[in-house]
Amino acid sequence: MTSIRIDGRDCLTRTGINLLQACLEAGANLPYFCWHPELGSVGACRQCAIKQFSGPDDTKGRIVMACMTPVSENTIISTDDPEARDFRASIIEWMMVNHPHDCPVCEEGGECHLQDMTVMTGHNPRRYRFTKRTHRNQDLGPFVKHEMNRCIACYRCVRFYRDYAGGDDLAAFASHDNVYFGRAADGTLENAFSGNLVEICPTGVFTDKPFSTTYTRKWDMRGAPSICVHCAVGCNTIVNAREETLRRVLNRYNTDINRYVLCDRGRFGHGFVNAPTRIGTPLRTIGGQQVSVPITDALQAFARMAADGPIVGIASARATLETCFSLYALVGPQHFCTGQTRHEQECVELVHALLTRHPGALPTLHEMESADAVLVLGEDACATAPRLGLSLRQSVRQASFHMADGAKVPRWMDAAVRTLGAECPSTLHVLTPAPTNLDSVAAEAFRAAPDDIARLGFAIAHEIDPAAPPVTDLTPDDAARATRIAHTLMAARKPLVVSGMQYGSPALLQAASSIAAALARATPEAGLSLVLPECNSMGLAMMGGLSLETVMEQARAGAISTLVIVENDLTRHLPPADVAELVAAVPDIVMIDHTATPLCQQASLVLPVAAFSECSGTLVSQDSRAQRFFQAVFPTAPIQAGWRWVQALAQHLDPSMLHISGLTGWRDLDDVLAALAVAFPPLAPAVMAAPGADYRMNGQKLRSQTYRASGRTVIRSFVNVHDQPPPGSPDTPFSSSMEGAYGPDMPATLVPGYQAPAWNSVQALNRFQHEIGGDMRDGASGLRLLSRAGNQNADPPPYAYVNDIPAPYAARTDTVLVLPDTRLFGSEELSMFSPPVMARAPAPTLGLPADMVTSGRMVLHLEDGPHVLPVKPVPGLPAGIALCPAHMVARALRFPCMARLDRAPDGGEGS
Amino acid sequence: MRGEYHLACARLHHAIGEARQQGWLGKNILGSGFSFDIHVHSSAGRYICGEETALLTALEGRRATPRSKPPFPQTGGLWGAPSVVNNVETLCNLPHIITNGPEWFADLGLGEDGGTKIYGVSGRVTRPGAWELPIGTPLRQIIEDHAGGMIPGYQLRALLPGGASTAFLDGTALDVAMDYGSVEKAGSRLGTGMAIILDDRTCPIGMIRNLEHFFAQESCGWCTPCRDGLPWVERLLDAIEDGTGQDEDMDQLGRHARMLGAPGRTFCAHAPGAMAPLASGLKLFAADFAAHIQQRRCPQQSGA
Ligand code: SF4
Ligand code: SF4
Ligand code: SF4
Ligand code: FES
Repeated sequence: MTSIRIDGRDCLTRTGINLLQACLEAGANLPYFCWHPELGSVGACRQCAIKQFSGPDDTKGRIVMACMTPVSENTIISTDDPEARDFRASIIEWMMVNHPHDCPVCEEGGECHLQDMTVMTGHNPRRYRFTKRTHRNQDLGPFVKHEMNRCIACYRCVRFYRDYAGGDDLAAFASHDNVYFGRAADGTLENAFSGNLVEICPTGVFTDKPFSTTYTRKWDMRGAPSICVHCAVGCNTIVNAREETLRRVLNRYNTDINRYVLCDRGRFGHGFVNAPTRIGTPLRTIGGQQVSVPITDALQAFARMAADGPIVGIASARATLETCFSLYALVGPQHFCTGQTRHEQECVELVHALLTRHPGALPTLHEMESADAVLVLGEDACATAPRLGLSLRQSVRQASFHMADGAKVPRWMDAAVRTLGAECPSTLHVLTPAPTNLDSVAAEAFRAAPDDIARLGFAIAHEIDPAAPPVTDLTPDDAARATRIAHTLMAARKPLVVSGMQYGSPALLQAASSIAAALARATPEAGLSLVLPECNSMGLAMMGGLSLETVMEQARAGAISTLVIVENDLTRHLPPADVAELVAAVPDIVMIDHTATPLCQQASLVLPVAAFSECSGTLVSQDSRAQRFFQAVFPTAPIQAGWRWVQALAQHLDPSMLHISGLTGWRDLDDVLAALAVAFPPLAPAVMAAPGADYRMNGQKLRSQTYRASGRTVIRSFVNVHDQPPPGSPDTPFSSSMEGAYGPDMPATLVPGYQAPAWNSVQALNRFQHEIGGDMRDGASGLRLLSRAGNQNADPPPYAYVNDIPAPYAARTDTVLVLPDTRLFGSEELSMFSPPVMARAPAPTLGLPADMVTSGRMVLHLEDGPHVLPVKPVPGLPAGIALCPAHMVARALRFPCMARLDRAPDGGEGS
Repeated sequence: MRGEYHLACARLHHAIGEARQQGWLGKNILGSGFSFDIHVHSSAGRYICGEETALLTALEGRRATPRSKPPFPQTGGLWGAPSVVNNVETLCNLPHIITNGPEWFADLGLGEDGGTKIYGVSGRVTRPGAWELPIGTPLRQIIEDHAGGMIPGYQLRALLPGGASTAFLDGTALDVAMDYGSVEKAGSRLGTGMAIILDDRTCPIGMIRNLEHFFAQESCGWCTPCRDGLPWVERLLDAIEDGTGQDEDMDQLGRHARMLGAPGRTFCAHAPGAMAPLASGLKLFAADFAAHIQQRRCPQQSGA
């Protein structure tokens, strides 16, 4: 820390930051555009101009760009200096030369950084009296709208898209005042993080296209802190709602996880909530017809079913802890199934076990960004955990930061650091069967079959720690590769090993953790990260339960009378024959879900459950972080949270049948969590993931609407002009209206949106942070259930390495090894009900090694029958392997899967 | 080399080819064990590529925008590697310095600075051209002896001593010695040493408009004041020259000259350079500006 003088006021400031950050952290309102906390400084916009004085006697001073000037001891600056003010006002006037001033029809309006900064500079008259330059807009695909005339050429978009996210189809074109930010030609923005342009661009050039179709003024929406449900990373989001419909999802800053960036699946996947596939009322099957019935009918029907015999509950890795636990409380451990196959469940539980006993660190995404050597072992993280993939992409910049430190260039001097690091060797090794998006920044991208990758992994572990079992019969090439990678990892200060469940290979998981454990003996910071498939996979792993195979056995034995399935599409886990057998063997199936999945057709009773935006609940991310999401939408009855449905069912049973009889008396989420803590002590800290419903700030509930929300009575005026009491949720400390407390000091977990005096765009976030880019002012968001610290033990006990090293992979001639081709868009369940994501999902193709592509279309004989698919050659794919789009061709794929492959009868056309 | 300079480029390639044939370039030069080569890169033609860091960025195949320093090219230049950027004019001096020694070279200068300089004169002179002369040669000598003086019938009104991005000097400055210090003392810059002459029958505002059109076009588009300020200046000058100027336009021109002219406000020296002829022209030709606005036309255009 040091002290600098800002406008005559001495301010304690961090060293190593720039003056813009220092001013903002000191509470000054200094306008800026091109600087972004995650992207650093480049000095393009010249908006942050201030006066710097060389000493107390310097009265003249000179104009400098605050974002380009480091804090140094005894810095004396003025933001208020008339010359600096005048210059900043001029900058706005220049930006406005070609700007259309179309705020009233602009979708950025009301949360526009340009509006805020314009007001902040105090610039009013626009004296440019000539014709404005205009641009042609482009169609950039289903996610992002383009209105180039609003561009102020701050270059943030291209810096984010190209330099940060690795995209190459958005660029700055032309020059002088004709610079153009777009694609070479109209077309879909391909990068997985394109949606962030909406927040990164300080004006209305890039806006949220799906939101546009149900557009509403930003200040008229209710906000709630939420958690993304589209993978197990657990990115934090803000959901916005109006007229009790979910309108959009925004990034919510979590210093450890997503920080400023969400993936497009997370940002645009929410469309399932308003899709036609939503279930709105209870449905009963009467005489082969599904009919909508009142809630009382539905529950009485359930009571009659329950009287017939045992109830088994099937939970889901995409349901909340509370919902899964309520089902557990209803049926008890003998009848509680996790809704996963035995293999899936074993893998998830293995991940939990490996993370628990990992002697090194369990890094957060943000910590992964500073890993100085990374090994990705058999997981395409860019598809299975996109935000994590982006963090790994950042990790390759470590070497350039070290060079910058050496050259005394501050790390936030973005262009300079990138220049210095242009030729820095990267330290990322990607070992996967198929190409990944990280290959382009990897020192080495090596293709092999999962078993061979696992073998390499075990060999690397043995190189690092001879106590780890050796691998016999490695090819000389692989042995050399193992040695090389082992040495890179051992030379690192913060090495990281990433693997996951994509290929359903326990050997890969074991190999990855062996390497990380071996490293941790010498380097306590050695990190391990394992990717799980769904948003609550980890929470469910910590609860445990029966596998689907066990349920099948019970069903076959006639031991199940009623099956209660909560938020689970079994057809994604079990092949059709098994599903059919289950349906036939169980007299009654009760489906509790928000979306009409295939099995709903066969259920005796379907109950409409609240989606994530319509209730509150807790999810445990893959790195064991319990996080709470909150209700933004108050759905029409009888749609309600999963646990409330289960409770309603319980209330229609004889209390003696309940495993935890307290279930019927739970009033709110806090009651559920209290009971959960008793039943599952390892999950007890989940209670503290966020303040309870009784939390008050200054004695008040928290408001979830902005202070200028309008039209409360108008919106219902066609019904009634009287003010209605706003709806309330017993589960949260939020009021659903604009009444209540709000401010930058509110708990990080409870921020429903960012707004501060003079700051109405997402950049108001600066005011909610203790340090810009650092922690929030009040607390972290969520709570890690597993210890994240590196190994503190000076002399760790020997690590119990497993010796389950698979045999070398051998391609077969009669069958192919089918591996899931997990896609950013197309593989994840819920986002595929969202129209813009559906539009981005590529048609299914079969990936094959080039020499196996003998015709344009081929037939893959899977468990559920033959599939005729167009084929595409996949460079580097090992012999005898076929890549089949996960969940798109066969909805369920058993691991490992061998299948016959034939030429399509109609031969070569297609492709 | 600028892409449009086809002829120069072809000649350069030819000369380098000859050198290579002689064994003066390439691997193991003249059996010395020393290897050296020259690569001519002809890039998209942009004025800004003359800025040393923008030149490096362009060489890397990226948009020719200048870079912030540090790192200076000497430590982190082309692809992050240490790089030396020099003008061909500078490099041409080396063989002579090596052959004849630094003393000899320094003694060539007439004043404080040493060596020679390539001077040039364009405008309505009898023999426009470029000449290598001792540095410090007086301006009058360059114009009268080498460029042959003004074309009969034209009077010298003012000039830009060092090219487009230097400030105007009027006819009283003809005796200035063309070295760095003297030109600066006279109120301008030596710049490239390529003087541009304004004669009495050319409209000074037309000339400035032409210059600002060039600078606005050649702005790389990186920083706001330059990208959006220069086109505004150009439009204002267009309006004044075309007879639609307003009194407030003079305030706007003055404001731009002030705001863009001071160093450190724009990312690089392009905009301050562009403002040099404007700021000096506003003072020197104040009466012409006023006449244009009052008469709602260019007096010289309709007079000529
Ligand atoms: S980008 Fe901002 S300033 Fe421009 S029209 Fe839209 S709301 Fe207004
Ligand atoms: S499009 Fe937006 S982010 Fe990109 S340069 Fe223009 S204003 Fe900046
Ligand atoms: S990475 Fe996962 S959690 Fe994060 S936004 Fe994308 S889908 Fe959601
Ligand atoms: S924010 Fe400092 S120059 Fe753009």
